[in-house]
Amino acid sequence: MVITVASGKGGTGKTLVSTSLALSLGGDLHFLDCDVEEPNGYIFLKPEINKTEKIYLPKPKIDIGKCTFCGKCSSACVYNAIAVIKPSEEKKVRGSVLFFYELCHSCGACSLACPEKAIYEEPAEKGETETGIAKGISTFVQGRLKPGEANPVPVVKAVKKNVKEDSLNVIDASPGTSCPVVQAVKGVDFCILVTEPTPFGLNDLTLAVEMNKKLGIPMGVIINRSDIGDRKVEKYCKKENIPVLLSIPFKREIAVAYSKGIPMVESFPEYSEKFKKIYKKICSIVKKGPER
Amino acid sequence: MKKILVISGKGGTGKTVLTASFAAIAKKKIMVDCDVDAANLYLLLNPRIRKTEAFMGGNEAEINQERCIKCGKCISICRFEAIRAVYKPGNGGIESIVIDPLSCEGCGACVYGCPVGAIDLEEKESGKWFISDTSYGTFVFAKLGIAAENSGRLVSKIKEEADKLGKKEKADYIIIDGPPGIGCPVISSLSGVDIALVVTEPTLSGMSDMDRVIKVAEHFGIETKAVINKYDINTENSKKIEKICGEKGIEVAGRIPFSEKVPKSVVEGIPYVEFSKDEVSERINEIWEVISKGG
Repeated sequence: MVITVASGKGGTGKTLVSTSLALSLGGDLHFLDCDVEEPNGYIFLKPEINKTEKIYLPKPKIDIGKCTFCGKCSSACVYNAIAVIKPSEEKKVRGSVLFFYELCHSCGACSLACPEKAIYEEPAEKGETETGIAKGISTFVQGRLKPGEANPVPVVKAVKKNVKEDSLNVIDASPGTSCPVVQAVKGVDFCILVTEPTPFGLNDLTLAVEMNKKLGIPMGVIINRSDIGDRKVEKYCKKENIPVLLSIPFKREIAVAYSKGIPMVESFPEYSEKFKKIYKKICSIVKKGPER
Repeated sequence: MKKILVISGKGGTGKTVLTASFAAIAKKKIMVDCDVDAANLYLLLNPRIRKTEAFMGGNEAEINQERCIKCGKCISICRFEAIRAVYKPGNGGIESIVIDPLSCEGCGACVYGCPVGAIDLEEKESGKWFISDTSYGTFVFAKLGIAAENSGRLVSKIKEEADKLGKKEKADYIIIDGPPGIGCPVISSLSGVDIALVVTEPTLSGMSDMDRVIKVAEHFGIETKAVINKYDINTENSKKIEKICGEKGIEVAGRIPFSEKVPKSVVEGIPYVEFSKDEVSERINEIWEVISKGG
């Protein structure tokens, strides 16, 4: 059983929900932080990390001796990450091939397109995964994209490799609905969307619902700070026939506990039962899941 | 023309509320929403669309099944696990080779790797972008298609358009609402701006995320200032943020107190400084003074 917590809009309470859900269910449970741009689950679960693995992707380089400056690599690169400067005796320019690595997706098209086999690849670090143990659950895994690197997807993939299909997994996703979120949601059993009752929350919830429909993932909604705005999120969920799993009214104390890195179920233990109920409901929707 | 980008690392710290207020305060400016993945600024600026354009941002590989000899070479070439073989029932070998459009990055490696030239790249529409009029001035924004690729290129596209419009209108400022995170749309948003304003909150998450987004801004050599939103939720953490910023040489442009009126202004769809004249709007005005100076 794999449950991903996503949101569309950032700052609605994904990590608040995912960490509290994990701690409420506990036992043989794997928490995977797939928000590799800004991982925050560790703040609440306080894991002891015992393994760090670097993630490398191939980085193209040129063997300039073999290069004929034909430009085929540059036209093959759909990311505009290669510029070929042709040599010119008149202008006294030596030929060169420039790679803009911030734009490179490590797809390998350039080396396949090169007729001289002048492009070779070297591993380049893109980020890392950290694995450890945390109180109340069995494993904790998080990914960290190296700052300055553009593409979080390979790091999300590396974290997701740690999913244990036959036990219980909770994934924390990044905000939005583009590549890294799709990667975190694709193929899971259920997606919890955390939103807030404002036009921003509703706008981005709509996008996240469309994404889940496209990926064919069953979903439910949690409305956080449920009393700060209007009722349009509830109306929308009703119209779309999406279950509202929980409404969490605003309490300054929840915000203060969150600011200190205290999981909600620790400062408000009554939520533990509520999260267990949510899990039962999810099991009944997807017709599977280990007992809790 | 000074280009000001509002970012945060962590989502939901108040980027859009702040940007919309700057739009209401500043004179002679263009607004851009670079959060093309989950655009929200339009909800506060109430735009009237002047021009809509399709964004041809991505490709998708397509296999010509008649030409395909089912050798499977493309499957091993593809680094995005987007190509797979469909087998005939029993043990009858490969029925066909198919592309998963949601995994395909449109990189074209398979096109070059196919020995019989059976794969082509098809250009596809992956979003739309808009030029609009608002009562605060010209506003450029975009909507990336659901689960589409290449948000970074769409960001570059609308920034380029805003630049052109800014020059034409002789604008003094380009005010940019940025996306959360530190990945490709953030990097594209940072490119060429004069100042990045990092909006953080005094939570351990906000602090951890601020640290990472500042590293990215530093990596690209962009001047950074910070704002602590909801600073009174945890004054101890707010002091820590000020200390961290001080050590990094980052000016704290202002501190905004927590207010339950902020979500109300969002529900009403009005930039906060126009919604309420109180301490929050005063602080926002002061922050604009600090970041609009110079350049």
